[in-house]
Amino acid sequence: MDPSEISNALKEAGLEILTCMQCGTCSGSCPSGRYTGMITRKLVRKARVGGDILHDEDLWMCTTCYTCQERCPRGISITDAILKIRTIAVHEGIMLPAHRKVSQLVLQYGHAVPINDSVKERRVKLGMESLPETVHKYPDALADVQTLLKSCGFDKLAVSEG
Amino acid sequence: MKKLSLYLGCITPNRYPGIEKATRLCLERLKIDCSDLPGASCCPAPGVFRSFDKATWLALASRNIVLSEEMGRDLLTICNGCYGSLVDANNELKNDPKLKKSTNAHLEKIGKKFKGTVDVRHIIELLYDEFGPEKIKEAIVRPINLRVALHYGCHLVKPSKERQLGSSENPRFFDELIEAVGAESVDYPDKMACCGAGGGVRSALLDRSLAMLNHKLVRIKEADVDCIVNACPFCHLQFDSGQVEIAEKLGIEYNIPVLHYSQLLGLAFGFSPEELGIDLNLVTNQEFFEKLKAIAEG
Repeated sequence: MDPSEISNALKEAGLEILTCMQCGTCSGSCPSGRYTGMITRKLVRKARVGGDILHDEDLWMCTTCYTCQERCPRGISITDAILKIRTIAVHEGIMLPAHRKVSQLVLQYGHAVPINDSVKERRVKLGMESLPETVHKYPDALADVQTLLKSCGFDKLAVSEG
Repeated sequence: MKKLSLYLGCITPNRYPGIEKATRLCLERLKIDCSDLPGASCCPAPGVFRSFDKATWLALASRNIVLSEEMGRDLLTICNGCYGSLVDANNELKNDPKLKKSTNAHLEKIGKKFKGTVDVRHIIELLYDEFGPEKIKEAIVRPINLRVALHYGCHLVKPSKERQLGSSENPRFFDELIEAVGAESVDYPDKMACCGAGGGVRSALLDRSLAMLNHKLVRIKEADVDCIVNACPFCHLQFDSGQVEIAEKLGIEYNIPVLHYSQLLGLAFGFSPEELGIDLNLVTNQEFFEKLKAIAEG
C-alpha cells in the first residue's frame, strides 16, 4: 500500500499525524519500547513518509496504554493511529496467528476467553451457577452474536490468510 | 443513582469467578440495585477487535449496551478493558449519527436498536462518585490494615479526554478508596505504568508482555507490600498467572497475592477469603492468608 494512502486513511479517520516533529516523547514514555524494541517515534514517521509499516512487527507490540497519546506535545492521537494502521493491516490479510485464534473463539463462543471445566467447578464451589449469565448460558444470544459477526463480515476477515 | 446491570465480560466469569462473587456481595451490601445482564458477550476486547474492524467492534459493543438499554439500566463494568471498549463505543455512537445508523443496520438483523439512552460505568468510578471514600469508610465492618501496591490499569483513566476522571499521570481517587478500607496505598516507581497485557500483546507476544510485567513486579517487591490491588480482571490475570509464568521462564519467585478491589472491599465487609474466591488465585501465599485470618480475628 502506498504510504500516502495510509496517511490519508488516518486523516479521514480524524487522526492527523503530519504535525509530528519527531521529538520522541512517545518513545520515551512507552512501557513496551523499553522491553520490546518498539520505537513509537519511528512508527509515526514510517506512517508518514513510507516504508512497509503494515508488515512492521512493532505495530503489534503496543499494549494500547495511551501514555504516548496523553503526552504528545502536538496532541497527536498516536495510539488511535496505531489501532487504525492495524485495521488497515488486518484488512490486507495481515494478522498474527494468536489473534486469529482469539477471533475464532469469539466467532465460536461469543467470548474471547471461554469457560472451561475447572472454572465451572470453581463457580459452583463459590455458590454460583456453573455457567455465567452470558452467551454461555443462552444459545439464542450466542446465535445473535454470530449473526452480527457475519453481518459485519468478521467471519471472512478472521479466516483470510495474508 | 440510576439502576444498574452487571456486565461480566469474559475473564471475570470464565477465569476468576471469585471477582464476580465478590462484586455481587459488595453490591448487595451497599444496597445497589444491580440486575444480571443475561446473554451479554465479549465487550469485545478493545486492543484486538477494535483494531481489527471498527464495524465489528461497534456491533458487538452496542449489542451489550442495548441489552442494558432494554432494561432501562446503566451498564456496570468491573474490568478496565470492557469499560474502555463500552464507554468509547457508547460515546462514539451517541455522538456520530452516521456510525449509529450503520451500526443499527447490523443490529436490525437481530431485532435490536441502539438508542443511546444509558451510560457505561466502572465500579471504581461508581463507588467514588456515588458513595465516596467517607461513606465507604462508614460502611465497612473491619479495617483491612494491609500495605497495598495499587495498580490503576490504563483504560480506567486513559484516554483521559474520554474518561473525565482527572489526571492520568497522578490520579488519587482509587488510592482514596484503598485508604477507605483501612489499607495503605504504598507508592512505588512506575505505579501508573501498564501491566503489559493489553493490545493483544499478552496473547501474541507473551515473553515481551512478561518483561513489562516483570518491570512492575521488581518495583512492587521493593515497596514491600502485602498484596497488589487492581480493578481489572485482565490486569489481575496478568499479575497472577504472569507471576507463575515468570517463575517458570525466568526463575524469579515473587509470590505477591493479587486482589481485585471488590475482593478487598469484601474483606472489609467481613466476608472470608474463601467466600470472595481469593484462594482461587494461582499465587498462593500462606503468610498472606494468615495475616487475613489475624485481621478477621481482630
